[in-house]
Amino acid sequence: MSNPGNSTGTKSDLSWQEYIITRAIRAAGYSAVVFVALIFYFLLREGLPTLGEVSFSDLFALRWYPIENYFGILPLISGTVIVTLGAALIAVPFGIGTAIFISEIAPRWAREILKPLVELLGGLPSVVLGFLGILVLAPNLRILLNLPTGLTALAGSILLGAIALPTVVSVAEDALDTVPRSYREGAWALGATRWQTIWRVTLPAARSGVLTAVMLGIGRAIGETMTVMMVTGNAPVLAVTPGALFSPVRTMTATIAAEMGEVANGSVHYHTLFFIGMLLFIFSLVINVTASAVVFRSKKRAEKVLS
Amino acid sequence: MLKKFFSMNRNFTQRLGFGLLTLMAAMTVLPIVAVVIYIISQGGSAISLEFLTGFPRDGMRQGGIMPAIVGTFYLTVGTAFFSVPLGVAAAIYLSEYAPDNWLTRIIRIAIINLSGIPSVVYGLFGLGLFVLFLKFGTSILSASLTLSIMTLPVIISTAEEALRAVPQSFRTVSISLGATRWQTIRRIVVPEALPGIITGVILGLERAAGETAPILFTGASFFLPRLPNSVFDATMALPYHLFVISTQVPEMPFQIQYGTALVLIAFVLGMNLIATVIRSRARARRQW
Repeated sequence: MSNPGNSTGTKSDLSWQEYIITRAIRAAGYSAVVFVALIFYFLLREGLPTLGEVSFSDLFALRWYPIENYFGILPLISGTVIVTLGAALIAVPFGIGTAIFISEIAPRWAREILKPLVELLGGLPSVVLGFLGILVLAPNLRILLNLPTGLTALAGSILLGAIALPTVVSVAEDALDTVPRSYREGAWALGATRWQTIWRVTLPAARSGVLTAVMLGIGRAIGETMTVMMVTGNAPVLAVTPGALFSPVRTMTATIAAEMGEVANGSVHYHTLFFIGMLLFIFSLVINVTASAVVFRSKKRAEKVLS
Repeated sequence: MLKKFFSMNRNFTQRLGFGLLTLMAAMTVLPIVAVVIYIISQGGSAISLEFLTGFPRDGMRQGGIMPAIVGTFYLTVGTAFFSVPLGVAAAIYLSEYAPDNWLTRIIRIAIINLSGIPSVVYGLFGLGLFVLFLKFGTSILSASLTLSIMTLPVIISTAEEALRAVPQSFRTVSISLGATRWQTIRRIVVPEALPGIITGVILGLERAAGETAPILFTGASFFLPRLPNSVFDATMALPYHLFVISTQVPEMPFQIQYGTALVLIAFVLGMNLIATVIRSRARARRQW
């Protein structure tokens, strides 16, 4: 039946082609799952040996000094926590405030300017922000706050806040946009001012989306590498007091980036860096699954309310 | 009297609140503008033909950054080579084929996760899989593969959105005329969604071009006296070069640092601008 010379193809040629292409497309669709599994597998494969090489109490100890075989990761975790908290203190209020402004208050022309500008911030490479942090932010912080060095957790927090902002703004704005207009009209009809409507109706209705925005912003801040490596001063000391904000710290991501280039493959240090990567992977997994579950649940609730 | 007071109070609160929010939005946006203007004003004077086309000299304190520009171009093309076909195909699957079941939900969760994984963890994965396990070495190939997995979620989600925006009636008509599902996708759905797909691809590649952490241990080189010859060579890259000259080289002239930063943001924001233009022109022309 089939005629190889005929370029338009017979019916069986077509279904054969269609079969192969459909298979290939489906395989591509599954690829994301395969990659997540592969990433996790390689992190486990290279990271889990740490647990056999470094005792549990040495791993969760206070001293990170790999040259002398001190592999305590608590200082690194504390560094990540303090820098991320600082970033959240900046990104959450400013991100949600900007999102409310863009979605509820700004006239159309202002919106058309603001949205691309926020996207522009999202597109700036983190290494550029780190570079400006070293040359502009840190020296000014040092003088302004009278510190021995400007390369501190605070500098990291400020820049990470800027990096997390676009995520918070765009997700929160999406959430506010999906609140039905009738909610607002109902509130206005009852005599509420625009401000009261935003505060008592729109924002509570968009609550779960705003929460997702905060979580994704924090996830972005935890994972950021180059900026924090460049501006936090890279001192792996335990940072638990608010005062630590004004001293140098070292985050988990920065440790991996700074040290992986110099370790011997298969050494304890190498395995420990992979172990830290594995922890970061698990953090981001938990944050993202929870965030998407929140969205999913609230979507279902919204469907119930509207039906 | 009391009533009047309260209504004034309400209006006052609203004015105060709106003022506060406006201030917050301004404080979010103005620094962005300031940063871009500052880099242009500081780096503009460094830009010359020699800077753009020459090799670095004198421990990178003089000369140009051409190998880094070319390297970033190679990495971007390499990333596109792997991530565009895979990402677009995955988007087609999710928009046109995927049934609404638990497996599809798992795929979506996996994509969300891919987009949340820290960039340095991608670097570790690339080191483990491509550099060491598959023995590609520290190379353009390893770095491009690592970056392409990182850009996949951006490409998949924007391309899927573009495909879904094509009205269902287009598909129905095509199928009713006797076209197969794949013919419908290839001749009708994808061409209609093309501007949106291209936008997604550029946004994904923009991210790849600006990233440093994933290529740190998979393909970036501190300094190379010549351009890479094959995909198995390491390469210099703009973001990594900016990192190197702002932290690793003492007594680096500011001008070269700002010049490099300017070229990097011009590269990245240029891509962003192209994507924005394609998107808005397609929106204006759309007839459905």
